[in-house]
Amino acid sequence: MPSNNFGFSDLRNISCFVSWVSFRHNRRAGMWLMGTRPAQFKKLTIIMSTSTQTNDKRNRLILKLKGFLPTTCILLQDQELVPYECDGLSAYRQRPMLVVLPENVDQVVQVLQVCSETGVPVVARGAGTGLSGGALPLEDGVLLVLAKFNQILELDPMRRIARVQPGVRNLAISEAADPHALYYAPDPSSQIACSIGGNVAENSGGVHCLKYGLTVHNVLQLKIVTIDGELLTIGSEGLDSPGYDLLAVLNGSEGMLGVVVEVTVKLLPKPEHTSLVLAAFDDIEAAGAAVGGVISAGIIPAGLEMMDNFAIRATEDFAQCGYPVDSAAILLCEVDGTEADVSAQISKIESVMTLHGATEVRVAQDEAERLLFWKGRKMAFPAMGRISPDYYCIDGTIPRSQLPMVLRKMNQWSKQFDLRVANVFHAGDGNLHPLILFDANKPGELERTEDFAAKILDLCVEVGGTITGEHGVGIEKINQMCSQFNREEISQFHALKHAFDPAGLLNPGKAIPTLQRCAEYGAMHVHNGKLPFPELERF
Amino acid sequence: MQNHDQSRQLQEQLQRCFSHKSAVVVRGGGSKDFYGRQQSADLEPFDVSAHRGIVNYEPTELIITARAGTPINEISRVLAEAGQCLPFDPPELGGVATVGGTLACGFSGPSRPYAGSARDYILGAHVLNGKGEYLRVGGEVMKNVAGYDVSRLMVGAIGTLGVILQASLKVLPSAEKETTLIFHFERDSALDFMNDLAGRPLPVNASCFYGDLVFVRLSGTEAGIDSAYRSLGGERLPSTDKIWSSLREFEHPFFQSDLPLWRISLPALAKPELPGEVFIDWGGAQWWLHSDADADEIRIATERCGGHATLFRGGDRTSEVFHPLPPAMQAMQERIRASFDPERILNPGRLTSER
Ligand SMILES: Cc1cc2nc3c(=O)[nH]c(=O)nc-3n(C[C@H](O)[C@H](O)[C@H](O)COP(=O)(O)OP(=O)(O)OC[C@H]3O[C@@H](n4cnc5c(N)ncnc54)[C@H](O)[C@@H]3O)c2cc1C
Repeated sequence: MPSNNFGFSDLRNISCFVSWVSFRHNRRAGMWLMGTRPAQFKKLTIIMSTSTQTNDKRNRLILKLKGFLPTTCILLQDQELVPYECDGLSAYRQRPMLVVLPENVDQVVQVLQVCSETGVPVVARGAGTGLSGGALPLEDGVLLVLAKFNQILELDPMRRIARVQPGVRNLAISEAADPHALYYAPDPSSQIACSIGGNVAENSGGVHCLKYGLTVHNVLQLKIVTIDGELLTIGSEGLDSPGYDLLAVLNGSEGMLGVVVEVTVKLLPKPEHTSLVLAAFDDIEAAGAAVGGVISAGIIPAGLEMMDNFAIRATEDFAQCGYPVDSAAILLCEVDGTEADVSAQISKIESVMTLHGATEVRVAQDEAERLLFWKGRKMAFPAMGRISPDYYCIDGTIPRSQLPMVLRKMNQWSKQFDLRVANVFHAGDGNLHPLILFDANKPGELERTEDFAAKILDLCVEVGGTITGEHGVGIEKINQMCSQFNREEISQFHALKHAFDPAGLLNPGKAIPTLQRCAEYGAMHVHNGKLPFPELERF
Repeated sequence: MQNHDQSRQLQEQLQRCFSHKSAVVVRGGGSKDFYGRQQSADLEPFDVSAHRGIVNYEPTELIITARAGTPINEISRVLAEAGQCLPFDPPELGGVATVGGTLACGFSGPSRPYAGSARDYILGAHVLNGKGEYLRVGGEVMKNVAGYDVSRLMVGAIGTLGVILQASLKVLPSAEKETTLIFHFERDSALDFMNDLAGRPLPVNASCFYGDLVFVRLSGTEAGIDSAYRSLGGERLPSTDKIWSSLREFEHPFFQSDLPLWRISLPALAKPELPGEVFIDWGGAQWWLHSDADADEIRIATERCGGHATLFRGGDRTSEVFHPLPPAMQAMQERIRASFDPERILNPGRLTSER
């Protein structure tokens, strides 16, 4: 059923179809653009509101905004709005009513005050690399873009902190800290483009989070502006703060609770030494067991990644990094620490891999080889983009012990749906990123992809995992939330949001589904044999 | 090991309390009865201690799930059998401290600045909110961003947002080896020294200062520790020394004073002048202070350095024991509390006085 407005009646049919994601900086738009090859999606039809009532509202709002924002900070024309129609989940597109690009905190406060007074919803946007549609604009809403907040306000090597504006790119922090032999630990693969404000909103992880934690473990203090324009400081430069731990809820809150206008992160000393082992296996379950073996040996690798045969072959073709193309799976296992620590751990890892039946174990001989081994892993997504017109990147987490079973099921479904699936993932923490390859131009292929993806996510929940490990719920997984949580849990999330945003004006419709929506989705978890949401009508 | 699931009884009790609007005092082992504000004596006890046992522990998953009443030392024992530990090093308090109480109070030991705190290690929880609703939040996996991070929010809320019935915690392999080094320093240079250590890629896992000595715990592989020792120097403390456990368990002679005990939390390199004897832990980020000076005097001195002060034990527990919040933040926190516990039946008065 085609949907034509924000009451998506068939949301399951719209998902993340990214192909060949690359970043380039567009000076004119002042933003990082992701090069995604547009495919033929079941697009949302965009209707720009034309009713006089809406126009009046828009004009009144513009008048108010012009009272404190320079005209260059307000984008109104269609051609100016187009670049902001979507984030990294490019299948969803919606032109916002207007875009504002404030330049200072005062302006953010005033924008939010005006929106709050006039009842206009607001969506915050960082770099727009989000993969779950969290920064998707609203037709009748303001898109609040934090791109101009791109200054590192303070970097103190003595206190090992950086105080930065939310639009600062993740990698820019580590680059600025580098001369002091410090770095900011969370390193999402999108780190050259994504903003620290977006990282906070998504509680982003990276390749190194098994050892160094997620964003929530590396942020000390936030300044946020609430929807009614109140500036709050959350956390402190110390290790804790009085009262409830609001850093815990702000990290990962997907722009639903407040707009982040300043972030203080902790910086870590760069490890003295880093080394990488590449191990090849002729059986994917053996590779899975080896992951457990490394951990049983008392080692917490800085990174532990797995790629299956399909992914290995595709990346080797693309990046020529010397991967053993005949193996069923490879593990990349990195350790860091003092030189003595690292060499002790590397020899342990080598013997664990061999013990678990590795057909080949290679230790990167120098920095160049280490980077070469990583290159393949990092190029895996673009490599997929080359061999398939489209791919869909899924993000779920499972208990690691379920890995063999889940992989087996996926391969089985792959045949059933007649769609290829490649696996490249954070094996150390059980965070899967299956990539389903498809061609949106072939009739029916898109629908099969969606069904396949939904099955994988449901399986993640079934085996005790979760529907999103790091990409967030946004709009993409809003229905799957109903599989993971019951009505009380969802109501509690709404109540918590209400404490920050009683009128529900910040990013409405994202992250937490309404109970009504869950009743419509229907595929909910049955807790204690009771049908959930029994009092709600089913459609 | 005892294994009892009391979740149904506990949920029914709380549902009853909610419908009668009668408030409860949530209690695990009772090891932290001293902590927080003094509450009215006529509140109904809500005893979680019998709800105990390890629900799930698979060492290669690096996750343990246990009921709230399970003693911390029992958890540590089971983990140690598999060569693992709770990295945030929580106090066991004579074997009485439980998982639920430890998380509710957010207690972490000497390794906290280097390894992370209780809130850093929680992955998910089963919680009863103030309406007696059973909520499963977070998960039993390492990474999960579905829904707000409510389990982490419970840590340090002292039971005023919900009763933690069960928690999943990330665990890590225990270090192959630990060694403590000692160095002689004056206070100010001790603080600089500890801060300098934290900025270097060394296997430091705890550091504290008392009297005129800095204690530094190294933890890692044998080879790593030896090389760190060679570069740092200092004297090696015999492995039988109890400095870290006596600090974590409040058994060190410093803690024997009858004066009120304050916990001062500070940013790196803060050097406040405080009216009383101090023991500095967490590489300078946590100061213990024995003092009967006026609360305002202590708070102002702390605040000036960007920190906050908690009246940790003793003193006047009928006024505020936690550092007062700015009004807008206080109002926000009250709204959050109301969202979990609309009738204010969970531990009223424990965190702040009821207005
Ligand atoms: C190729 C590629 C690889 C990726 N790899 C990873 C990875 O390894 N790990 C990972 O975790 N993610 C990854 N991502 C996802 C994405 O990069 C992260 O979620 C990132 O944190 C989003 O940052 P952003 O600045 O682009 O945010 P946006 O996409 O602009 O926004 C994301 C969400 O944050 C909110 N938001 C943004 N700024 C603010 C603010 N200042 N205040 C309040 N709310 C705000 C928005 O409303 C939205 O809900 C990847 C994405 C791509 C395209």
